[in-house]
Parts: sequence; structure tokens; C-alpha cells
Amino acid sequence: MLQQPYDIEVGAGTMAPETFLRVLGPKPYKVAYVQPSRRPADGRYGDNPNRLYKHMQLQVILKPPPENVQELYLESLAALGIDLRKHDIKFEEDNWEAPTLAAWGVGWQVMLDGLEITQFTYFQQCGGIDLDPICAELTYGLERIAAFLQDVDSIYDIVWARDPKTGREVKYRDVRYQDELQMSVYNFEKADVEKTWKHFELYESESQTLINQFNTLMADKNATVDAKERFPLLGAYELCLKCSHLFNLLDARGAISVTERVGVIARIRQLAVGLAKAYVAQQNVGGEAVKKQGGAA
Amino acid sequence: MPDFLLEIGTEEIPARMIENAWMEIAKRLSDLLLRESLWNAEPSPGMTGIGFLEAATPRRLALVVPGVMASQPDVTEQITGPSFKVAFKDGKPTPAAEAFAKKAGVDVAQLEKVTNPKGEYLAATVRRKGRKAAEILAEALPKEVAGIYWAKNMYWRAGKPERFVRPVRWIVALLDGEVIPLEFAGIRAGQHSRGHRILGPAQVEIKSPAQYVETLQKAHVEIVGADRIHKIRKALDAATRTVPGARWREDAELLKTVVNLTEWPSAILGNFDKQYLSLPEEVLVTVMRDHQKYFAVEDAAGKLAPHFLAVLNTDGDPDGLIRHGNERVLRARFNDARFFWDTDQKTPLVNRVEMLKAVTFQKDLGSYAAKAERTATLAEKLCSVLAKSGQKVNANAVQQAALLAKTDLTSELVKEFTELQGIVGGLYAKAQGLPENVATAIYDQYKPGSTEDLAPRTLEGAMLSIADKADSIAGMFALGLVPSGSKDPFALRRQANGIVKTVVEHKLPLNLAQILAEAREGYKGSEAEKKFTLSGEAYVQAVRGFFRERLEFYLRDVLGLAYDVVNATLAAGADDVVDAAARASAVAKVRPSSDFESISVAFKRMKNILRQAVETNKKIAAPFNPAALKDEEEKKLADAVPGVAKKVKELSASRQYELALHEISRLRPPIDAFFDKVMVMVEDENLRAQRLGLLQTLVNEFSSIADFSEIVTEKK
Repeated sequence: MLQQPYDIEVGAGTMAPETFLRVLGPKPYKVAYVQPSRRPADGRYGDNPNRLYKHMQLQVILKPPPENVQELYLESLAALGIDLRKHDIKFEEDNWEAPTLAAWGVGWQVMLDGLEITQFTYFQQCGGIDLDPICAELTYGLERIAAFLQDVDSIYDIVWARDPKTGREVKYRDVRYQDELQMSVYNFEKADVEKTWKHFELYESESQTLINQFNTLMADKNATVDAKERFPLLGAYELCLKCSHLFNLLDARGAISVTERVGVIARIRQLAVGLAKAYVAQQNVGGEAVKKQGGAA
Repeated sequence: MPDFLLEIGTEEIPARMIENAWMEIAKRLSDLLLRESLWNAEPSPGMTGIGFLEAATPRRLALVVPGVMASQPDVTEQITGPSFKVAFKDGKPTPAAEAFAKKAGVDVAQLEKVTNPKGEYLAATVRRKGRKAAEILAEALPKEVAGIYWAKNMYWRAGKPERFVRPVRWIVALLDGEVIPLEFAGIRAGQHSRGHRILGPAQVEIKSPAQYVETLQKAHVEIVGADRIHKIRKALDAATRTVPGARWREDAELLKTVVNLTEWPSAILGNFDKQYLSLPEEVLVTVMRDHQKYFAVEDAAGKLAPHFLAVLNTDGDPDGLIRHGNERVLRARFNDARFFWDTDQKTPLVNRVEMLKAVTFQKDLGSYAAKAERTATLAEKLCSVLAKSGQKVNANAVQQAALLAKTDLTSELVKEFTELQGIVGGLYAKAQGLPENVATAIYDQYKPGSTEDLAPRTLEGAMLSIADKADSIAGMFALGLVPSGSKDPFALRRQANGIVKTVVEHKLPLNLAQILAEAREGYKGSEAEKKFTLSGEAYVQAVRGFFRERLEFYLRDVLGLAYDVVNATLAAGADDVVDAAARASAVAKVRPSSDFESISVAFKRMKNILRQAVETNKKIAAPFNPAALKDEEEKKLADAVPGVAKKVKELSASRQYELALHEISRLRPPIDAFFDKVMVMVEDENLRAQRLGLLQTLVNEFSSIADFSEIVTEKK
């Protein structure tokens, strides 16, 4: 199924609940969505033709991965208009790890004529939980693929749209340059470090409080199934995502020393691990009831 | 005899793991075949290594063994049953005899009587039929495949029944035309392989193992690694020939990588704009090799030329699309590098010293700014030791280099290409007009990076390299972060190996214990010191033991000396590395002589006698009195000692250890005669003390080059 982008800042499509939460547990799930991904430290004030603060990922999750997942992937390239017989394609080892999410997997970077166009990962663990079944995650770098297809050297020269009547082109630059420039200025120069830390702490504490409340509820023998199922873990997860983004922002701002870095990562990781565990527990609460609804897929 | 084939078809195996995995599965198979008497291990022509054709690509590990046994040979053996007395009563078989016959599968009439040391017993001769190879292999191979070691593996099936490097997608297992019915990872072996991902057919029938290589070639898979290497070399040569006078740069590591990234390799030559040649070669080559896996091209004069070679996993690029794409990617990469280079020049290294305060060296040891200060101070001390011994080193240059050495960590270029740290600093220093000896020292600071790597080229570089590494080792040891077993997260062993190598190769008069004591001094009064757990004698001992191991490693693994030579030498002192290396080399040279062997035996004996004497509280005269000796042989020996000792001292002073050892060898006749004729542990307490004193003197005088008793000798 196709999903829409998640409407909270994330560093990668992996962090959207459609991936992070759906890969947990036994339920099969197949989804694709475009996810704008923000990485404050990667910003270049719109100066660099290959680097962006915010880029678009096409995120595909196949849980469990079909046996012919690699072949399907290659067919998807052909569907984009890439004649694989005329190009050189290689799967080169590239293992993925996200310390803030306690998630990792093994896989490849897919190289097309020397260009990395996709990150192909077999998830093994997420939120500290071994996945069973695992899933395949395909992350297509959309700007790169578009630049390749249009044969332009700069992302900013990608044609975003063309007026069918006049032929007038709207370029990536027209749409995104200002965003890249101003957000680079904000991320590197203007973001108020003290306030950002405060935001971080507020989100962190609220998320942690919710996780604690949920755990208390689960331990309560008198709590109803309904009370457990309606508990807003998704809210707690959004708060956790906020922390993750604010951490990236503080990092870009140069406000986190190497020493502190490890500690802050551990704090976000603690939320992610707590949420993954809670989510799995919540999924099991209804048991039969959940099955009746059939889940999405 | 049928031919055997096993092909494990997988999704792309990481290039770095293919060779070892193939070697391991080949070894496992050959062990299995031999163990089960299914193979006469006679290597046929064209086979390498273990006797099998080395056949592996990213998508398959294959084993082809011509001529294995169709089944195990039958075995005839005699099995012993119950005692004859129990088995036969009055000449008639009892139930015991019948049960044994049944178990052995023979008639009672066929049972025999045998006599063994325990008495008379019943026996049966049974013929065990050899099992079929297909049956044995079907049973055993899945376990062998599952047993392959992978640096990083994964699971993919629900319930995690097995782990492998990547999902297994097909298996071919044949004895001639017959499928071996084995199963691994839910895949049943069959007769169908797969061709090249893009060029080949999805399914390829393998009619027999003998046709395997050829059948795959038709499906655009060159299964034999050596053939792919050959193909790649030829393709690189051909592509390079299009540029007059050009040569491609050999790179064994890179070649190994691309061989293991391709099933059907070819190569193309691409170009880049000459303007990028204004960037240093180191940067361009790193981008090409490490990031794009391209070979560099040089002109007739050996200078980098504006071309590159890419190895493809397809059969060519008739439309030039692949070349065009690769050129585009490289252009972007070079643009990045140039952008970083230009940005970095806006802040010269000298202005980056302050920025190092914000860069953590290690969480408890503080920033790189603090490290730079300590390194500079330590390097200054080392320089003054060198100056005293007459070696010319520019201490000011070392100071400047030490303070700037780590500033490149704040540069954009190093953040992007971390493998260029140090090198970038050196290049920037030069570009920013700093003296040549400063730039070279910074450039070489991480050298030697391995045992094969060279030490820093200049004395200034050597001082910086040693001081930097010693500072790290001292700090980590003091924190208690001592490497143990396979745990060495800060690569302290490699750093210590680097110090040893640099000291020996530059023949530096530096004492390891002293360097590390000075390095520890550098932390005095710092914040870091509050976190230290190892201090005083415990620190000294830990560091000494660590460096002694590193020195042993250097002498054994780098210089290739025997372990007993190394032990003997280091027992006589391990702090002065240059001296220890000279002593060890001399000992290794004289060791094969029979005189030396004999001396070693004698020293062992002397040490044993002296040890026993100490243990039993016997008096040892110190010094002994030559006049108190009685026998001719001991007097002769006592007379010989002072002369030889004097010469040995003189020769040792000028490090002519080989000559000194020859001098010691002259003592062999008097020592042999002494042990032949003289009894040391006599009743006469006084005489015994004098004789022990003589032995003690010998041991004391002649153990400064090596402790000969550590030499392993054949004679007792």
C-alpha cells in the first residue's frame, strides 16, 4: 500500500512509525511512502550541488521480504526507465545502524554506474528487539535518481515540473533553494541553543512519563483491555521523534561535545527501546480483538 | 568415479568475505571427503591450493571435485562377542550365542572362537557395506555450510532457523548427473543454477560437474577468481592503451575487491577535467580508490593523469552511458573535495589550534588541544635525548608540528575523508607556507600504520609520531584501558608496534620505559589524572609488560627471529629497543654453531645448580677466590674468565655483539672440561662455595647479551 509522508521532522524514512513501529511483531506489512528527511548537519546553504539539509526518500518496507526481493527491486529501476542492460549495477556491502533507535541491519548500497542510488537493508533489530519476521527496507534517494535520469550535475537543476502548454520549467532550485539556504542559516547560526535544549528536555520527559504510565497500566491487573489499547503510545513516539530531531539540530549547531554526544544518544535510545517494547506489548493486548480487525496490509 | 559439484547460490556476499569463506568451505569439504574415505587427495593439474578449483563470485561459492568415490569401500572386521564358555554349553549354542549372531547379522554356524589375553571368546567376521557418497554428503554438507564463519551474518527466515552472510537462494549439488538430495536454509538442492543478474538467463541447467565452468561462462558468469583477475587485467590494459604513454596504477587490494564484486568483468576508461589535478594526488587517489573503486592512471613520467578506470560487472559500454555516469559521479566527488579544500584554506592550521579545545581526544583524557600540548612537551624531551647522543633533529620544527598535528581534524576535508587525517594536515601546512620539515612531520605522524608501513621519513616526524603515540598509550593505560585478548578498541598495540619500529629503524637512543614514564608525567596535575586508576609501580609494570610483548612481536614477526632467541635476548633487557634488536640478530646468527649450543646447555646447567644451591641455603662465595680452587680444570676456567669478560665488554660497548658472542664461545673447552671433571656440590663447604661463586661469576659476566639458558637445545 502507499502511505503519505509522516508530518513530523525525521532524519530518515526509517523513523516514521510506518517503519519503526510496523516492523515490530509478527504482522506482515508492505508499504511505500516518500519521506522528506531532515539532517541539519548536512545543510550547505544551497551552495553544494550534491548535498542537502532536506532530501526526499522513497521508503519501501517489505515484511517479510519476498524471495525475489532483489529481482523486484531491479524491476523497479527498469520501471523508472533505466535499461539495466546498458548500465552497470552492483550490490556493495553496506550495513546500516541507527544507534538512537537501537536498530541495525545488513545489506548493500546499490551502485548504478558508480552512483549510490539505494540503500537496501535487511532489518535484524529495531528498538532493541530482534525482528521475526525480518523485513527488507529499500531506501531510494530521489534527488540522486532524478539527477541521474535527467542527466544533470546539480540537484538544483532537476526539472521539478514542466508546463505542458508553454514548456516552462520549474526547477528544484525554484522550489527548494530558499528552504536550504534559510534552514542552513537557522541550523548552523540562529537556533537558540539554550531553548533547543529546553525543548529537548520537555519532549524527553513527557515521552518518558507516558512510557512509564503505560508500563504501570500494563502491570495493573484491574486495567481493562480498552484502557490499554487506547493508551497513546503513538503520542509518546512523536515526542521521541522530536527529541531525535532536536538532537540533530544541537549537533549541527556545534552545541554537543563528543563526550556529551554518547550520553544524549543513549537518552533517545532509551525512549526508542522503551517505546518498541511497549508497542509490542500493546499489540498483544487485544490478541483476538486485533486479529478480528485484520490489521492493515 | 563420479565428479562432485556444490554451488551455494546467494544474494551478494560482501567482497571482503568471499575468499576466506571459500577457503573454509573447501577445507571443510576436503576434510569431510577424507574422513569418510570418499576421496584420494591427489591434486589434478590446474587445481590450486587445497586441490579444488577456486570458484567463487559475489553470488556463489562453488566446489568442483573431479573423481570422488561413488560410495565408501566395504570394510571387513571382526567383532568380539561373549566369552566362549557362556556362549556354548556342551557344544551347543546358548541364547547368548544366538543373540550375538543376530546382532552381528550372521548364522550361529559362522561364529568363530578366538583367543585373546582375557581368554576364549566368540567372534564374528562381518562385512560392512560402505555407504553411498550421495547419502553421506546429503547428510553432512548442510552442517558444513552452516558452520562457515562470517564476520557479520544475518537471519532471514521466520523463526530464525539459520544464519548466513546473506539469504541463500539456490543450491546445486551433483555427483555426475545425479542430484545429491540435500537441503539447507529451506532450499532443496537441484540441477539449476542462475546466470549473471542482467546478462544471463535466470535459470541454467548444469548437466554435470565437468560442464559447470563452461555452462556458467555461457550464462556470463566467470566462476574462477583467477580467470576474472586475468580478464580484469587485460581489460584495464586495453582501456589504458587508448591513452598514449599511460599506465594504470597497480593496487593489489583494489584488484581483489573488484574481482569479488563482479561475475563478468570488463573495464572502461573515463576522464576528468584537468583542473582537478591542482588538488593533491593523495586526495584524488583516495576519492577514486576508497570511494569509487577506480584505478588511477599515470602518465609516462609517473604523474597522475586526468583519467580513471572503472571495473564493471557487465560486458561493455557500447553507448558510453556507463562512462558518462561514472564521470558525472567523480566530478561531483572532486567538486566536493575542492570545495572542502578551498573552504579549509580560509582558516589556516595555526588558527585552528584554538578549535581543538572543542574536539575530544578521549572522554576522560580531555581535548586534542590538551593532547597537543602534552605531545609537544614530550617531543621536546625526546629531542633533547637525541641531541645529547649527537643525532641532529630540529627541535623547533618538532614543537611546531606537534602543536599543529591534530588541527586537520577540524577541517572539512578530513571530516569527509577521515582516512586522510595527518596527510591533509601535512598538505595544508605545505600549502600555507610552513617549513618543509614541519609539514613532513605532520604528514607522517600516523606512520607506521602497520608492520608493513614505513616509519616516518624524517627524525622530526619520528619524534612527533613517537610522542603522539606514547601520550595516547600512557593516558589509556593510566585509565586502566589496557588491551586484553582481542579487545584493543584504541589500537594501542598497533601504536606501540609503531613506536618500536620507528625507534629501531631510526636507531634512536630512546629507552621505552623512560618514554612512557615521561609521557605519564605529561598528565600530572591535569583533570584527567583524577580519573586514573593505574599509577606508580603498577603503571610501570603494566607498560613494561605491554612493550615487552610488542618488542617480542617485532623481533619475531617483523624480523622473523626464533622465539627462544627472542626470549633469551629480552631476558637480558628489553628497554633499549635498538640494542635488543642488535643483540637478538647477533644471537640468531651464532645460534646454529655447535659451540653456542654447547654454551647454552652449560648455562642451563649452571643456572640449575645455582638455583638449587639457593633453595637449599648453600653459601655462594662472592666474589670467589681463584686461589681457593683446587682442580686444574676449574683453575683454567677461572683464569679464562677475566680476559674473555673484558673483550666481551669492549665489543658490547660498540654493539659488536656477534664478535662478542664468538668470544664467549671460546669458553666452551674450559667449561666442558670443568663439567666433565669437577663436581660442584661437594661436601667441603668452603670449596663448594668457591665453585658456586665461579659459576655465579660466569652467569653474571656473560648474560648481558642474552640469557643463554633460554635457548632451546637438543641435548639435555
